[in-house]
Amino acid sequence: MCGIVGLFIKDKTLEPQLGALLAEMLVTMTDRGPDSAGIAIYGGADDGIAKITVQSVQPDVDFASLAADLGAAIGVAVSLRRKSSHAVLEMPMDQLDAARAALSALRPDVKVMSAGDNLEIYKEVGLPKDVASRFEIAQMSGTHGIGHTRMATESAVTTMGAHPFSTGPDQCLVHNGSLSNHNSLRRTLVREGMTFETQNDSEVAAAYLTQKMKEGANLGEAMEASLSDLDGFFTFVVGTKDGFGVVRDPIACKPAVMAETDQYVAFGSEYRAMVNLPGIETARVWEPEPATVYFWNH
Amino acid sequence: MQTFDLATRGLRELNQTLHALRGTTNETAWEIVNAKGSHAIAVGVDAPLDITVRGSTGYYCAGMNKQATIRIDGNAGPGVAENMMSGRVIIEGDASQYAGATGRGGLLVIKGNASSRCGISMKGIDIVVHGSIGHMSAYMAQSGNMVVLGDAGDALGDSLYEARLFVRGSVKSLGADCIEKEMRPAHLAMLAELLERGEAGHKAKPEEFRRYGSARKLYTFNVDNAAAY
Repeated sequence: MCGIVGLFIKDKTLEPQLGALLAEMLVTMTDRGPDSAGIAIYGGADDGIAKITVQSVQPDVDFASLAADLGAAIGVAVSLRRKSSHAVLEMPMDQLDAARAALSALRPDVKVMSAGDNLEIYKEVGLPKDVASRFEIAQMSGTHGIGHTRMATESAVTTMGAHPFSTGPDQCLVHNGSLSNHNSLRRTLVREGMTFETQNDSEVAAAYLTQKMKEGANLGEAMEASLSDLDGFFTFVVGTKDGFGVVRDPIACKPAVMAETDQYVAFGSEYRAMVNLPGIETARVWEPEPATVYFWNH
Repeated sequence: MQTFDLATRGLRELNQTLHALRGTTNETAWEIVNAKGSHAIAVGVDAPLDITVRGSTGYYCAGMNKQATIRIDGNAGPGVAENMMSGRVIIEGDASQYAGATGRGGLLVIKGNASSRCGISMKGIDIVVHGSIGHMSAYMAQSGNMVVLGDAGDALGDSLYEARLFVRGSVKSLGADCIEKEMRPAHLAMLAELLERGEAGHKAKPEEFRRYGSARKLYTFNVDNAAAY
């Protein structure tokens, strides 16, 4: 069992509340996943500035002079905004690849949670309410976001085993379920050049979608392909720079409820997660069909 | 009318209050407000109460119900009226997975759609769905009746025993050992009565339905035991 929440804002006036709404949804799903929690927020403007969210087990040491060290290594100004065990590094978009390469040389133990134009991912072991407050999620604004509360089945309870998983620029995935062909699929993806941080099945699903999109598929096409190539139980919620998608396996035993109003599209593992959203009483509420891809774009 | 506010008094107190009403009571009319998707609302009631739940419910609402009429003024989460024994459960909106699963008696009415596995392993319950039902519905259904005014999803009645299935719309596919059967006058009469009780008498006529049942090839059906089903 795990809990998933997602919110895709359609009405710009709601964007400043994205973090607050999503954090509340996440905490409601604590019963479904008290091991660890994570949240992905798409918040940046299209301003040519890239973001890398990093995590460290010794942030005082690792983050102390990181912005200066990284800036010196790639020859441009880099800023660092720390939040607890995580930090967001910002640099010009065209320096993103150079910055990632320099980062792994300068701080080999620092983990990259996400990289891209506007995605930030925060995830840690612990109760969802503690994770949400530690990273001040409620204060964040954005266009769309995804959250996950984890009850581990397929790999250890660690920071890197928490969701969301990000395996490509501005891409992330959360998963409720378990995959049975993830080991063979991981081997195939490694041959195609993907790298993996964990032994987790959900990371394989994320990497699979990234690979499909690298080959030219859009989010909807990549999710459609996952229905034939992934074996097991899954409800996935996926984020891209401007999109938000949902797909369930053909058996569809992992729960999912969606709600849509003029202001937003929301996803919850249970209806409970959505009861405090504005206008939920009159929202169109439905259960996504099995083996059917849903996605929305800004 | 007794009003119970779940937001202030909580689930445990609700179910304890309703369980204390076993046998005779004159507090028969109940309204539960602020359901907000909570789990296990009005589970295990065993008294002739008339309960209305305002808002949508989470898992297992009205499970194991005996005698009571429980109306959900919203949508129902997974496992609504699971293992119902008697009484009635009426859902004004949609129902999630495995509505009425393993139900042994009583009547479940879903005015919207039901998703997958509706009536799975039903054992005597009657289910009337005004809308459509999802895949794997009536899986291993043993006895009772399921009436669907809309369509049925994949694998209807897979590994069916002796439940009767009536579908007015299309059936995406039939499960193993489930076949269409002749609609005889006795079935039409039964269907008319079920539609009436299921608050659907004005929406459909018995002649518009097709009947599905077990081909009796998959399980070891013995005609000498027919009366037991």
